[in-house]
Amino acid sequence: MSIQIDKDICIACNKCSNICPGNLISTDNDSKAFIKYPQDCWGCTACLKECPVGAIKYFLGLDIGGSGGYLYTRNQKNHIDWHIVSSDNRKHHIKTKKDESNKY
Amino acid sequence: MLGQGHPHPANLKGYRGVTNLEFDIKTLETDVLIIGGGTAGCFSALTISENSNYKIIIADKANIKRSGCLAAGVNALNAYIGKDETPESFVEYVKRDSEGVMREDLVYSLAKGLNKVAKKLEELGLPFLKDDNGEYVQRGRGSIKINGENIKPILAKALEEKKNVLVLNNVNIADYLIKDGVVIGAIGFSLRENIVYQIVAKKVVCATGGASGIYKPNNPTFSRHKMWYSPFNTGAGYAMGIRAGAEMTSFEMRFIALRCKDTIAPTGTIAQGIRASQINSKGEEYVSKYGISTTHMRLYSTIMENLKGNGPCFLKTEGIISEQQGELFKAYLNMAPAQTLRWIERNTGPANENVEIEGTEPYIVGGHTASGYWVDHNRQTTLKNLYAIGDVAGGSPKKYVTGCMVEGEIAAMSIINTIDDTQTVKSDVCETNAFIQYFSHFFHNTDFYYTISEVEQAMQKIMDEYAGGISTGYMYNKTKLRIAANRIEELLKLIDGMRANNLHDLLSIFETLDRLYVCKVLIKHLETRKETRWKCYQENADYPFKDDQNWMKYVNSVYEDGIVKIVLRELVGRDKTYEHTD
Repeated sequence: MSIQIDKDICIACNKCSNICPGNLISTDNDSKAFIKYPQDCWGCTACLKECPVGAIKYFLGLDIGGSGGYLYTRNQKNHIDWHIVSSDNRKHHIKTKKDESNKY
Repeated sequence: MLGQGHPHPANLKGYRGVTNLEFDIKTLETDVLIIGGGTAGCFSALTISENSNYKIIIADKANIKRSGCLAAGVNALNAYIGKDETPESFVEYVKRDSEGVMREDLVYSLAKGLNKVAKKLEELGLPFLKDDNGEYVQRGRGSIKINGENIKPILAKALEEKKNVLVLNNVNIADYLIKDGVVIGAIGFSLRENIVYQIVAKKVVCATGGASGIYKPNNPTFSRHKMWYSPFNTGAGYAMGIRAGAEMTSFEMRFIALRCKDTIAPTGTIAQGIRASQINSKGEEYVSKYGISTTHMRLYSTIMENLKGNGPCFLKTEGIISEQQGELFKAYLNMAPAQTLRWIERNTGPANENVEIEGTEPYIVGGHTASGYWVDHNRQTTLKNLYAIGDVAGGSPKKYVTGCMVEGEIAAMSIINTIDDTQTVKSDVCETNAFIQYFSHFFHNTDFYYTISEVEQAMQKIMDEYAGGISTGYMYNKTKLRIAANRIEELLKLIDGMRANNLHDLLSIFETLDRLYVCKVLIKHLETRKETRWKCYQENADYPFKDDQNWMKYVNSVYEDGIVKIVLRELVGRDKTYEHTD
């Protein structure tokens, strides 16, 4: 369970490092973010939802059944776009509306 | 020093009056200091700010927008007085689920406020599912359906607008400041700059949450933090209280969650949401074979089926319609996204395969069981001017999110009614300097062949093997507990020799120190209750049966002079207004 931050997409806004509940994200010399303690990630996705450019990939460790897929999000005003890429590279999109309750 | 079990660094002569060059000191004065900006802490601050002009500081080691155990969201509001239920029936339900040993008075006062705080959450902007008549839709008899993804940002935003609230993000509180037996504030350090914060307050509220990471987790390798409870809730509030001599209750009533295998995502969404039953590998529904379906018996039956060779166990979801599957994908994204990723990255889902379930490692968490500070009816602890709310407060199992909020409200109103406006408190300079020196010395330690991470892992392994972790089916006995107690003492002695290279290392040292204190008290509590009252949660192999004649009482403790002293207390009834008298 962890995240990976794409330096080419990162715009060095520091929003992810300011939000991480474990203080796990640091910045390099270009002020670009990277996860300094990948094994300590809880998987809460707080950083993904803060990232304005979708630079953060969230993946499952091999020890908990990860098989090469990942997800990233775009947090819009009234909904969150969840983009999930499966292990065979198929792309899925799920939209969760912020004002809509869970059915279960 | 703290790590060697001494009560307070200020009592160490060698550390008194030493000035420090590495940390700047910031002294802040306020009316109310709230330690921990999770749901309970934020709601308590909101209540005080809406009902008074008192100045409030919230100190949080992360950012209150996403800190605490609800960082990812929450699946439902599981403490609510539903249709045809009453606060009285809620007390009876909690009593039955807790095998009779809990604080009926606390559960009752909390039950009366549950629906009001739910309404308040709706007013703040949390989405609730409603029926055609505008009533909340229930998921179970005491549970209502919401979208809890945004709960922390909503609470943080409500506080942003309050002029009398100052939020200190990324400040880790390390210990209370105490003068003449009264809590007068707290001391901590920034995780961003070399600053020590000394905060002096007329009233202090501890809202730091429970303790995870004391036992070896389900996924001990790369995904070691993929656990049920927040891995960043390290029992700091318990440990600070223990060190200061606060009375603690019911640590032996551990909490172990029944979760989706590997992702440790909630099972209630499936079990209650689509009424899925628990089945073993033969397809048999097994829970009823073991007796009444209480929370801990649903777990115990799963553990037993595995031990008998009938595992793995599942939630029976195969055959649900695709619309239901789509809703489950969304529901999990709103609280535990790993589960949805797990399904979709493998191009599958609950309609195609049953969901495997497992028990987690044990946690100490007062929002689910009764472990925590021993509090009076106002949620004041046995330390003067210190309150405890939410997961860190004991006696009141199954309070969950709304219950934690009600506790925040009860404490807030008591503070407003009892705060002494004329009081002026001054901190002790010597004590502050002693703390600063203690923080600094870790940076001067030379490298040791043990790291703090290894101490943490050793602690988790000891607790797993000798104090009833996953590997022993949660069982323990007296001989094992003695080994655990000795080994935990050995680890505590290592803490002061740890090397910190940065503020994050210093945080890790304090987190492990705090967990070790929790272990120390927990072991003593487990040893004391000579019966088995709660299967899995508290399973004493020397005394495998429930003993109502001798153990319908609370196991409490106070840490004094390096020793955990046990205090047994009689049960408190529902209508009692409990005050601390002895």
